[in-house]
Amino acid sequence: MKIAFELNGKARSLEIEPRETLTEVLRARCRLTGVKLSCEAQVCGSCTVLVEGLPVSSCTYLAYEIRDKRVTTIEGLADGAGHLHPLQQAFLDNFAFQCGFCTPGMILAAKSLLDQNVHASDEEILAYMSGNLCRCTGYLGILKAIRQASVELQRQSQGKGRNRESKREGANDTSNE
Amino acid sequence: MSDLNKSVVKNFAVVNHSVPRADGVAKVTGSATYASDITLERMAWAKLLRSPFAHAKILSIDVSEAKRQPGVVDVLTGNDLGTLHPYYGHAVKDHPLLAIGKVRFVGEPLAAVIGEDELSAQEALEKIKVAYQELTPVLDIKSALAPGAVLVHGMDYIGGAFRGFDDFPGGTKNICQAVHVEWGDVDAAFASAAHIAEGEYYFPMVYAYAMEPYVAVADYDPKGQLTVYSSAQHPFMVRHDLTEVFDLPLNSVRVIVPYVGGGYGSKSYTKIEPLTAACSWKTSRPVKLQLSVEEAFLTTRSDDARVNIRTAVDASGKLIAKQATIHLDTGAYAENSPMVCRKAANRIVGPYRFPNVRIDCLAIYTNTVPASSYRGLGAAQITFPVESQMDELAHKIGCDPQEFRLRNLAHSGESIHPGLRPIDADVPGDIRIAGETLRSNGPLAPKHGRSVCCSCSDAGAHPVTLAMVQVYADGSVSVLSGSTEIGQGSHTVLAQIAAEEMGVPLEKVRLVGSDTGVTLFERSTGASRTTTLMGRAVMEACREAIAQCKSMAAELLSVPASEFTEGRGGIRYGKDWLSWPEIIERYFQMEGCGIIGRAYLRRAGVFKAVPVFWEIGVAGVEIVLDEETGKISLHTLVTVGDVGLAIHPAMTEGQDLGAATMGLGIGLFEELIYEGQQLMNGTLLEYRVPRFSDLARRIELKLVENRDGVGPYGAKGGGEGSVNPIGACLANALYQAAGVRIRSLPLTPERVWKALQEKKAQASSAQRKSSGAPKIRAQTRAYKTRVPKT
Ligand code: FES
Ligand code: FES
Repeated sequence: MKIAFELNGKARSLEIEPRETLTEVLRARCRLTGVKLSCEAQVCGSCTVLVEGLPVSSCTYLAYEIRDKRVTTIEGLADGAGHLHPLQQAFLDNFAFQCGFCTPGMILAAKSLLDQNVHASDEEILAYMSGNLCRCTGYLGILKAIRQASVELQRQSQGKGRNRESKREGANDTSNE
Repeated sequence: MSDLNKSVVKNFAVVNHSVPRADGVAKVTGSATYASDITLERMAWAKLLRSPFAHAKILSIDVSEAKRQPGVVDVLTGNDLGTLHPYYGHAVKDHPLLAIGKVRFVGEPLAAVIGEDELSAQEALEKIKVAYQELTPVLDIKSALAPGAVLVHGMDYIGGAFRGFDDFPGGTKNICQAVHVEWGDVDAAFASAAHIAEGEYYFPMVYAYAMEPYVAVADYDPKGQLTVYSSAQHPFMVRHDLTEVFDLPLNSVRVIVPYVGGGYGSKSYTKIEPLTAACSWKTSRPVKLQLSVEEAFLTTRSDDARVNIRTAVDASGKLIAKQATIHLDTGAYAENSPMVCRKAANRIVGPYRFPNVRIDCLAIYTNTVPASSYRGLGAAQITFPVESQMDELAHKIGCDPQEFRLRNLAHSGESIHPGLRPIDADVPGDIRIAGETLRSNGPLAPKHGRSVCCSCSDAGAHPVTLAMVQVYADGSVSVLSGSTEIGQGSHTVLAQIAAEEMGVPLEKVRLVGSDTGVTLFERSTGASRTTTLMGRAVMEACREAIAQCKSMAAELLSVPASEFTEGRGGIRYGKDWLSWPEIIERYFQMEGCGIIGRAYLRRAGVFKAVPVFWEIGVAGVEIVLDEETGKISLHTLVTVGDVGLAIHPAMTEGQDLGAATMGLGIGLFEELIYEGQQLMNGTLLEYRVPRFSDLARRIELKLVENRDGVGPYGAKGGGEGSVNPIGACLANALYQAAGVRIRSLPLTPERVWKALQEKKAQASSAQRKSSGAPKIRAQTRAYKTRVPKT
């Protein structure tokens, strides 16, 4: 069957088998090997990608489900100019990985969390991220990275907010939440 | 030689700083390549048929129908291996590429289908017809050792690449390896003892769960060249096994290991590489064999251990004797268990002064998944009993457990094993740091318990490490290293050392490896050796390159080298400063040129004494017990890394936390469970590993840097120590919190809850009898019922 979808910001259309999983399609057909396969049972989260901004375990998600949807993989996170996403930078700064096998899924899950709730508390981070396993780090570095990215994303959105505000002539700048 | 360590570089420019990881950007952008990401032209896929029986004769295998399936290239069975040497193993050559004649565990591969794609290969598996004759399986240590026991092997084997192991009496016994360690007069010491503690402990069968399952891609060229991409930790050991299986010279087998997605010991030595290569040999096509996690569960596990141990003290509370019997359930094939056996026997002594010691350790074949290295290499298995018993003994003689340890710990420079390197660490200091950190939590709240435990491992494995650096005229440097980057950060640490030595910015250094066709020999990546051995080799290789640059400069300037002064990155002669790259360019009068510096480390000089270093594990926990459910959660975790010098402090701490977290998994929930022949929980759905929500509320990662190791600048390895003490820490803290002593891991809520109920029942019956019931004995009886059946 033929499916059309948006992959990392670009329109794609592909011929796939109906039983193919999203992992298979992304890794084998699209050569996006940043999608990592581990448990194949929706436990570890290493295969996490974003569909319409929400995390899915691509190991058990049928590829035809993405038709007409937006798919984001780790390869699509840095902006076109090669600037890392604040989460990617925060993972580097906090040594939030060792072998790196869990990292793409970890970063995408965290992105989805912060996109929904940029102010996530530690409890919220721990609860949300519990579907992603890391066997190397013991998680602390990842928690710190998500905290750092949360601060950075808040700063960026405030900056943007302020820019918008200042463009509006005469608007009083009270937004500081 | 010791000048290489402490004196030369005092203020570090690059090492001892938490610089960005060399593999960092690749790993956060998804561009890092792992063996599972490798695809070759014309590549076919292999899938494996696995045995449904633990022990059975293979009467016949009919693959004719499978071969006719669409998309199937060929099928390989144990009958097709005739012209190869089909048994491999670095310790014991007992492991066939595919089962030959009989199967020895549920899950053992006995045929491989090679297909154009994964699905065709997978679907053809069920067309293979196998006739079995079931044999009595040997499913636990007890039946394996019983007189007249059925034999798992029933044939004798020869040793592999490792030297120093005895013959393997597989033809007559189920004993794969026996190790005996003894000094002093143990019987006399026990006879004179003031107090003795004695008990049986059980360390479970666990699975390392490296998130990347085993994978290999092999390309056998019939003209006699074999290339294998693999997730292996030790490419050179794999190469050795491949040369023997295929009868090829060393220069014709190339093993390439890209980034490895976690190993923790489980990817050490040879796994699926010979089989994948045989599939390529059979089909004349490149072949990829990618195992699933479920199959990885059936490939390697840890040795579980039943440990009987007795410890004696004199009237002053001084340790005077230790006697222990360790039985390791090694599963169907030896893999690295002979080494686990030897290490467990050495390491059970701990960092304590013992004048009298007698240890017997057996690695025992059973019809279960083969056991091999697991982080800690035998030390996790024995530290649980050792450090549990230290607490029991302290309580018995009415001494604070920390005080009891401090009284008996060996100090830096003291010998703990006759003939081995004296202790090169400050264990008492480490223990004090952990204890103080826990005490800073304030007075102990009800239902809380604390414990600090330690371990001491003869680490580093056999020191044969060769390294090479290339220093180029443009100021860039390549480090060619056979150590694999498995997440431990070797590419970063080795680049730091090269940048420090050559006086170039870190960004100018690039790591090349691991590729046995390009990099020099490194025995292995494990036993916490990389920083100490490869780090030292890289440092010496740089210094050799510098020595060459200096004689080039002397020639260029026509002055003896004594007339110029060496600085970091070059020389000063009069007013002129000449950097190493400038010297190289001027010497050759050629752009784009470079020179080689090399170092060969072997068991000589500072590496003459064994072990390479003593790896210390010191950790402390404070737990909170929920008495309603039996659930233990972690309030505080402290690790103390006694690493000589942390080349990269943040990554060193990360190793300690990672190892401690694995220890936490074993301590609280991880255990592979067999029911009869079947592994019952061999999937991630049923096998619980630590998650985000298990994170301790307070985590303190301490580093002790006394520069007392033989590695570069006094560094020593780390990364395994903290896995070892955690199980005992948890059991001791539970005892403090609730007065129950459990001698089997993991401390699952169910097991803890039962122990609490039994304690309550004991207490109330004791009250009814209104006598001071002998508490300790009652508990001991209770544990016995809780030891899981093997
Ligand atoms: S591989 Fe998909 S959740 Fe583990
Ligand atoms: S970094 Fe290795 S599994 Fe997370």
